[in-house]
Amino acid sequence: MSAALHGVTTAASLTSTGEAVQFWILGTVAVAGALCTILMRKAVHSALCLAGTMIILAVFYLANGAYFLGIVQIVVYTGAIMMLFLFVVMLVGVTAADSLKETIKGQRWWAVACGLGFGVLLAAGIGHASLDTFTGLGAANSGGNVEGLAALIFTRYVFAFEITGALLITAAVGAMVLTHRERTERARTQRELAEQRVREGRQLPPLPAPGVYARHNAVDVAGLLPDGTPSELTVSRTLRARGQIRDVSPEAMADLRALERRSEERLGRRPYEPPRPRDSGDPRAGDRADDPPGDRPGDRPANRREEENAQ
Amino acid sequence: MENLIALLVAAPLLGAAVLLCGGRRLDAAGHWLGTLLAAASFVVAAVLFFGMLGRGAEDRALHQTLYTWVPVESFRADLAFQLDQLSMTFVLLITGVGTLIHVYSIGYMEHDERRRRFFGYLNLFLAAMLLLVLADNYLLLYFGWEGVGLASYLLIGFWQHKPSAATAAKKAFLVNRVGDIGLSIAIMLMFTTFGTFAFGPVLATADKASEGTLTAIGLMLLLAACGKSAQVPLQSWLGDAMEGPTPVSALIHAATMVTAGVYLITRSGAIFDAAPTAQTAVVTVGAVTLLFGAIVGCAKDDIKKALAGSTMSQIGYMVLAAGLGPIGYAFAIMHLVTHGFFKAGLFLGAGSVMHGMNDEVDMRKYGGLRAYMPVTFVTFGLGYLAIIGFPGLSGFWSKDKIIEAAFAKGGTEGWILGAVTLLGAGITAYYMTRVMIMTFFGEKRWQPAPDPHRAPDVEPAAADDGRHLAAGPVGSPAAEGPAGHPAGELPDPHESPRSMTVPMIVLAFGSVFAGGLFSINSAFVHWLEPVTRFEHGHPPVSAAVITTATLVVLLAGAGLAYAQYGRRPVPVTAPRGSLLTRAARRDLLQDDFNHVVLVRGGEHLTRSLVYVDHTLVDGVVNGTAASVGGLSGRLRKLQNGYARSYAVSMFGGTAVLIAATLLMRAV
Amino acid sequence: MNPVNYLYLAALLFTIGAAGVLIRRNAIVVFMCVELMLNACNLAFVAFSRLHGNLDGQIIAFFTMVVAAAEVVVGLAIIVSLFRSRHSASVDDASLMKL
Repeated sequence: MSAALHGVTTAASLTSTGEAVQFWILGTVAVAGALCTILMRKAVHSALCLAGTMIILAVFYLANGAYFLGIVQIVVYTGAIMMLFLFVVMLVGVTAADSLKETIKGQRWWAVACGLGFGVLLAAGIGHASLDTFTGLGAANSGGNVEGLAALIFTRYVFAFEITGALLITAAVGAMVLTHRERTERARTQRELAEQRVREGRQLPPLPAPGVYARHNAVDVAGLLPDGTPSELTVSRTLRARGQIRDVSPEAMADLRALERRSEERLGRRPYEPPRPRDSGDPRAGDRADDPPGDRPGDRPANRREEENAQ
Repeated sequence: MENLIALLVAAPLLGAAVLLCGGRRLDAAGHWLGTLLAAASFVVAAVLFFGMLGRGAEDRALHQTLYTWVPVESFRADLAFQLDQLSMTFVLLITGVGTLIHVYSIGYMEHDERRRRFFGYLNLFLAAMLLLVLADNYLLLYFGWEGVGLASYLLIGFWQHKPSAATAAKKAFLVNRVGDIGLSIAIMLMFTTFGTFAFGPVLATADKASEGTLTAIGLMLLLAACGKSAQVPLQSWLGDAMEGPTPVSALIHAATMVTAGVYLITRSGAIFDAAPTAQTAVVTVGAVTLLFGAIVGCAKDDIKKALAGSTMSQIGYMVLAAGLGPIGYAFAIMHLVTHGFFKAGLFLGAGSVMHGMNDEVDMRKYGGLRAYMPVTFVTFGLGYLAIIGFPGLSGFWSKDKIIEAAFAKGGTEGWILGAVTLLGAGITAYYMTRVMIMTFFGEKRWQPAPDPHRAPDVEPAAADDGRHLAAGPVGSPAAEGPAGHPAGELPDPHESPRSMTVPMIVLAFGSVFAGGLFSINSAFVHWLEPVTRFEHGHPPVSAAVITTATLVVLLAGAGLAYAQYGRRPVPVTAPRGSLLTRAARRDLLQDDFNHVVLVRGGEHLTRSLVYVDHTLVDGVVNGTAASVGGLSGRLRKLQNGYARSYAVSMFGGTAVLIAATLLMRAV
Repeated sequence: MNPVNYLYLAALLFTIGAAGVLIRRNAIVVFMCVELMLNACNLAFVAFSRLHGNLDGQIIAFFTMVVAAAEVVVGLAIIVSLFRSRHSASVDDASLMKL
C-alpha cells in the first residue's frame, strides 16, 4: 500500500527511484506469474498465477495514477472474473491437469517463433516510437480521478457506455441461453424410474456406498465386492466421468487379508483365500490416479470406461 | 404525295398476308387478289412517277418516316422510305414487270393446286423487293434484302416434292447467306465509322472516312452484291434456281431480285468512288462473271439454264458498269431496266414453249416451233434481238454504252475491259442465236414425254452429280410442270392462253422501244443524274468505231452459231464435245470447286479444330484443373482443423503486419 | 525510470499470453491467456494515459474490462456447454471443420 501511495505522490512528475524499484521487482513477479499461467499443468494453478499477475497489474495501475481502474482491477477482475474462472475449473474438474506434450506437429516451435518475432517487433516498435513527451496525470487527476473518469464517461463516451450496458445484458442472456437445458419432456416419477430399472434388469437395489474398505473416508475410493474386487458402481458418476476414482491401495488389501486370516485362525475355520483383486497387480492401476483425463486427446473418460469394461 | 410511298409496300404485303393466312377459302379468287394488289402497287407507282416528273430535278426525292424502328441511344433505325429517281426506276420496273408476271402466272399455274400460295409468295417477294429499293437506310435495306432472299427460297423450292427443287432452294439460301454476312458486316462498319446508316449522312460524308475503312465497307458490299446477284465467286446458286416455276425465274432470277446487287453498288456509289481498290474489285468481278456466264450459257441444252447463264453474264455487264464509277452508274441501271424487259420476256417465252411441249426443257428436243407458236416466236425473237444488241433495240442502246464506258475507263485497264465486254457481246450473240435456232428453227426433234420414273439422261454429266453436296440436279425436268402429261405421247405444241401471251407482248414492246426511248436526249441519264451523278466518258477511239466493232463481233457470234446449228442438223443427244464444253455443261466446275475447296476444306478445318480442342484446349483446362487440384491437396494439409494452428497463422500474420509497418516507417 | 518501461512490460505480457493461447489445449487456460493479453493491453492504455496526461486511455481500459467481463461470461458458458456435450475442454477436440 505504501508503494501505491508512493505512486500517488509521484504520478504528477517524473518517476521516482522508488517507483523504479517497485517496477523492477513487481514486473519480474508479474512476468513470472504470466509464464506460470501458461506453463502450469493444472488449470487451478494457472488461474491462481493469473490472479497474482492481475493484482500486480492493479498495483501498476495505481502507480500510474489510475486509481479507479486499480481498484476495479482488484474487485472486478481478480475478485469476480477470476473467481468465475475458478468456479468453472472446479466444475470441469479441479484435479484435471494438462499434459504439456504437444500433439500438433511443429505447433510449439511455430508458436515460440511467432511469439519471439512478435515480441521483438513490438519492442522495436515501442523503441522506435517517439514517446519523449511525458505529461503526467497531475492536471487530469486534479479534480479527483474518479470524478474525471465520470465526467468523460457521462459526456463524451456516454453512448459507448450505454452500449456496453446493452452488451452486458446480452452477454448475461447469452450465457443463460447457452447453459440452459430445456426440459422437453415430463420429469419421470419415481415409480416410472423404478419400473424402468426393473424392465432393464440392471441394478435393482440402491447403489452401494463407496469407500467401504478404505482407510480414509473418501468418496473417490471404490467399495469392494464380497470377492474383494472394487466396484465402480459405488463411486459417484461425476467422479467416474472425470476418471478420478482412486484405487484401493495394496496395503489396505494386504491388511484386509491379514485380518481375515487372523479371524480364520481364531475361529478355526479352514483358510479362506480370496481371489486376488482384479486391479491390484496391474502396474497401470497406480498411475491412473495421477493420470487424469485430458492428457492425450484420445484419452477421455469415456474411452477409459470402455477399456475397463473390456477388461 | 409522301404518304403514298408506304402504300407501295403495303399493298403486296397485305396480299401476302391475306393469301398465306387466308386458307382454302381463297383458292378460287386468290390469284386475282394477288394480281390486283400487284397492279394497285403499280398504279400507285405510276401516280408517284408522274408526280415526280412534275417537280424540278433537284427536289424530286420524297421521304416518308413511318416510325423509329430501333431507338437505342445513338443507335437509331427508322422505318423510313426514300423515293428518289433511282428508287422510282426500280419501283416501276418491279411493280410493272411484277404485275405482268402475276398475270402470266394466272395462266401458267392454272393447273397447280397450290396456286394461291404461289401468289402469296409472289406478293411477299414484291413487298420485300420494294422495301429493299425504298429503304432510306442500310438496316431497312438489309431487312428487304433478307425478305427477298426468303421469298426466293420459298419460290425456288415451290415444287418441294421434287428433291432437286428442295435442294436448289437450300443451295440458293445458303449461298445467299454468305453474301448477307458481307452486308451485315458492311452495316456494322458503317455504324462504327459514321455513327449512322441512313443513306443521306453516310453517303454525304463518305469521303471523310479513311480509305482503308471505305475499302473494307466496299468489299463487304461487293460480297453482298455477289451473293444476291450471282456473281463469281457466289454464282453457283443461280443455275439451280431454275428449278423454280418459270414465272419465278423471270421475275426474281432475271428481272428484279438478282439485280439488287447492282442497286446496292449504285446506291453506295459515293463509298466506291472514294475506294478505288474496291471499285477495281467490282470491275474485276463483273468482267469475270460476264465471261463466265456467257460460256456457261453456250454449253447448256436446258433452255432455262442457258438463259440463266445469260442472266449471270448480263448482270456481269451491269456490275462492271457500276464499277466504272460515275461514267457507268446510269448505264448500269439503264441496262438493268432494259434487261429486265427482254430477259423477263425471254423467260416468259421459254415458259410458254415448255408449257406447249409437255414441260420439256431440253432444246435438243425442240425445233421448228415457230409455226406452232407464232406469238411466242415473235416476242421471243424480239427479246433475242434486244439482248444481242441489234441496232435500234433496247439492248443495243444500253450495252453499247457500257462497252463505250469500259473503253473510257482509260489506260490498259480500259482496253482490257473494253475487249472483255466486246468478247462478251460476241458470245452473247452466239449463245442466244443457238437458243433461237435450236428452239424455233430446224426440223422437229420432238420426243415422247419422258417417263418420270426413268432416270433422266439429258446430260451425261448428271450421272455423277449425286455425290456433290450442293450439286444441282442438272437435268431432271421429268417431273416439272404443274400438270402431269401421260408418258409416251408426242407433245402437241400449241400457243399459250391469252393471259400468258399478253404479258409477253407487253414485255416485247419494252424490249424493242425502252432503250430507244431512254436514249432520246439521254433522257434516262439526266433523270438519274441527281442521284448517281454522271460524267461523260471519253473512249480512246470514237463511239462510231466501237459501235461498228460491236456489230462486227455480234455478226461473227451469230454467224458462228448459225453455221454450227442452222446449217447442220442438231443431234438429239448431246455430243461429247470439247473439254471446255464439258466443263461449261458442269457450270465450269463451280460445284466441284466449291466441294473440293469449301466443303472438303471446311471438313478438314473442323476436324483440325476438334483435334486442337481436344488436345490443346482440353489439355489446358484439364491441366489447370489437375494442377489446382494437386496444389489444393497439398494446401489442404495446412487446414488441419485445429483452431490453435489457425491461431498461429493469425499471430504470424500480425507479426508480419507489424514488420511491414515498421519497414514503411523506416523507409 | 522511464515510464516507457511499462509499455515494454505490456508487450512482454501480451506476447506471453499469445504464446499461451497457441500452446495450451485446455480451453479454460486458453481463455485465461486471452485475459492476460487483455490485461497487457490495459496496462499499455494506462501507461499511455499517464504519458499523454489525459484520461481517455483509462476510459478505454475501463471499457476493455467491461467487454472482457461480458466475454468471460459468454466464453465460459460456451466452455461449460461444450464440456457437457463432449466431456472435454480441449480445444483440439473441436477439430471438426476438417474433412
